[in-house]
Amino acid sequence: MRKHLALCVLLVAPAAFAQGTSPNAATNENAALEQKIRDMEDRIVALEGQVRMLKAQPGSAAPVAGGTSTQPAAAAATPSPTSTEAQAAAQAAPQEPVRLGGAGTAAAKALNPDISMIGDFIATTGQNRVVSAPVMEMHESELGVQAIIDPYARGDFFLSFGEEGVNLEEGFITFTALPGGIVAKAGKMRSAFGKVNTLHNHVLPWIDRPVVSGNLVGGEDGIDDAGFSVTRILPAPKGLFLEGTGQLFRGDSSDVFKSSQRSDVSVVGHLRGYGDISESTNLDLGISYARGHNDFGSSFTTSLYGIDATLRYKPLRRAIYKSFVGRGEFIWSQRQQPGAAACLPGACPLGVAPNFQRAFGFYTSADYQFARRWFVGGRIDRSDRARDARITDDGTSIVLTYWPSEFAQVRGQYRFTRYGAPISTLSPTGKEDANELLMQIQFSLGAHGAHPF
Amino acid sequence: MMKRLTFFGLLATLLLPSLVFAKKLNVVTSTTDLAALTQEVGGDRINVESIAKGYQDPHFVEAKPSFLLKLRNADLLVSVGLDLEIGWLPPLITQSGNGRIQRGANGYLDASQFAEILEIPQGTVTRAEGDVHPLGNPHYWLDPDNGRRLAKGIAGKLGELDPGDSSYFQQRVADFDKRLSEAEKRWDAQMLPYHGRKVVTYHRSWPNFAKHFGLDVVGYVEPRPGIPPTPSHTLDLINLMKRENVKVMLIEPYFDLKTPNSVASQTGAKVLVMTPSVGGEKGVDDYFKLFDYDLNLLKQAFDSTK
Repeated sequence: MRKHLALCVLLVAPAAFAQGTSPNAATNENAALEQKIRDMEDRIVALEGQVRMLKAQPGSAAPVAGGTSTQPAAAAATPSPTSTEAQAAAQAAPQEPVRLGGAGTAAAKALNPDISMIGDFIATTGQNRVVSAPVMEMHESELGVQAIIDPYARGDFFLSFGEEGVNLEEGFITFTALPGGIVAKAGKMRSAFGKVNTLHNHVLPWIDRPVVSGNLVGGEDGIDDAGFSVTRILPAPKGLFLEGTGQLFRGDSSDVFKSSQRSDVSVVGHLRGYGDISESTNLDLGISYARGHNDFGSSFTTSLYGIDATLRYKPLRRAIYKSFVGRGEFIWSQRQQPGAAACLPGACPLGVAPNFQRAFGFYTSADYQFARRWFVGGRIDRSDRARDARITDDGTSIVLTYWPSEFAQVRGQYRFTRYGAPISTLSPTGKEDANELLMQIQFSLGAHGAHPF
Repeated sequence: MMKRLTFFGLLATLLLPSLVFAKKLNVVTSTTDLAALTQEVGGDRINVESIAKGYQDPHFVEAKPSFLLKLRNADLLVSVGLDLEIGWLPPLITQSGNGRIQRGANGYLDASQFAEILEIPQGTVTRAEGDVHPLGNPHYWLDPDNGRRLAKGIAGKLGELDPGDSSYFQQRVADFDKRLSEAEKRWDAQMLPYHGRKVVTYHRSWPNFAKHFGLDVVGYVEPRPGIPPTPSHTLDLINLMKRENVKVMLIEPYFDLKTPNSVASQTGAKVLVMTPSVGGEKGVDDYFKLFDYDLNLLKQAFDSTK
């Protein structure tokens, strides 16, 4: 197209000079021509842009589908043309698009959701007699399917393929255009309790989850349930971000909550405060509350309270080379359990202490990025066990991470855990030590949408 | 009567500023360049803020909650598009609770539709080519002709959202067009002696800039877009620069200078930290100063490396 324009200029310009016009007039005409070409170029660029946007628009495939459905009927109604006419008609008529298994044309494929797959391979060596893990496992393959549903909502699905089966980790609709600045979700989702519970495995800064997550908040699956969620930014002094989240769930989440009847719903609340200390440093604080019924029945409840804090440092000019994140979560669990009378020897499951159990646990960690692809970090763990708060587990980890690219990650973690198990069940000292070396390779295929900060 | 007049006068004094203030459109842009262009055409009838700073890599911006405070009250969000902000803008839009700026809504503007886009990959695109942008190179604002087109497109959108000020925006865009054309003549004349000069850049940030000002980009410090330099690629680049007699390297302010300096020391080339965005360096606070700054640096570098 632009070549044709240039040719036009070459043809038109000499003609303008040949007409014997004065030098001033010729200059003016040249300037006018230049302006005209520039305008035409702008129009071409605008048209190219419109074509790109049309191709990307959801509605672009609709006319194609409509056109193809009416064509056979129209063809049947017209008399059979001669061979030459048929050829001409064939050239003039719109070509029927190639159908690919119902997916239709490339334009129709533009409607497909973003699909991604994240592989998580873990190898473990060392000794752990309390929590065993295989020497090598394809720990998780997370399939993400995400798209905008309509002008008012988007949908996100995350299916987790483990070695033993498939689990819908999350599958929810987010209503993004509600009045009053409200963002609502419905479906199955990770609850907003604390920080780690909201994170998918592939965005964790460690290979495993902290001990407190396993002991008090349901471990890897965490508080992950079907229900509703409502979030809103709350009024706050200038420069401070305050956000409140309220969630109502069915009441079934790992070993934390168990619903025995329809009224056994669980609730989660989270209040988040965030402030920029400087353009490079920010502080993120949160308080969380969760309450639901536990596996002893509708009369027994579990309440969780949490505080989380995250300090981030990332100098903007060197953001891709240097960063620091320090974080910690402190969690209290209050769990109602049958009394001593009901828990006579043999009546209560192993590891369950009678009566009300108040357990506490925390982790603190720090991660430092010292080069574009390299991170080093550490974590300290300590947590009572939810069902028998007399037992406390401790742990320490050192983590080294390397990113070959943005789409792959190799990580090593040395983990020391001191399990505080009762003397009768494990070692004679009442403690059981585990020293392990973990190695992880994660890799990402396709377009995986960014997760919230 | 006098009392009543005083009362209405007082009421008008109190309400007028708030009415004028309420009329202003709140615009948030993803980058400073779009903010600068929006400010040019929006004048005092809009408030405009950028999310990213001019000296940070626009591919890797953290989606901080403080940005949500800007977005929740925005009437218009202008993005670069072409997946430049894919890693951080979508979650911000979703979390903003602002229906006006959701993708497809009237207050969402993908500015790439107005610009000439280069390096649109043909055929199959894979990550083997690095962090490639399947829809084309998103650093299109670095061609002043695209700047003009973007300004016109943004003015059109502002007029659509605020029809009462449409003629004001059109008048501003005409004035911007005139000033840009004059500046462009100056810039083009400044760069004319250096047409065809070979350069190496760190990332593929400069194709539109190079095309407009007649530079020949022969190589990159990155072996593939988004992939950090490797020893073997750096060696190849040194050989290429010696072979092609490349004496100038253009580096964005957010990249490490270790590899470029090492290459420069072995090839006799000059390392030039050019800013690809408004606000990338002190004093570069509008769209005109962006080109003034970069072209002056280039001219000095070309003159000193004849």
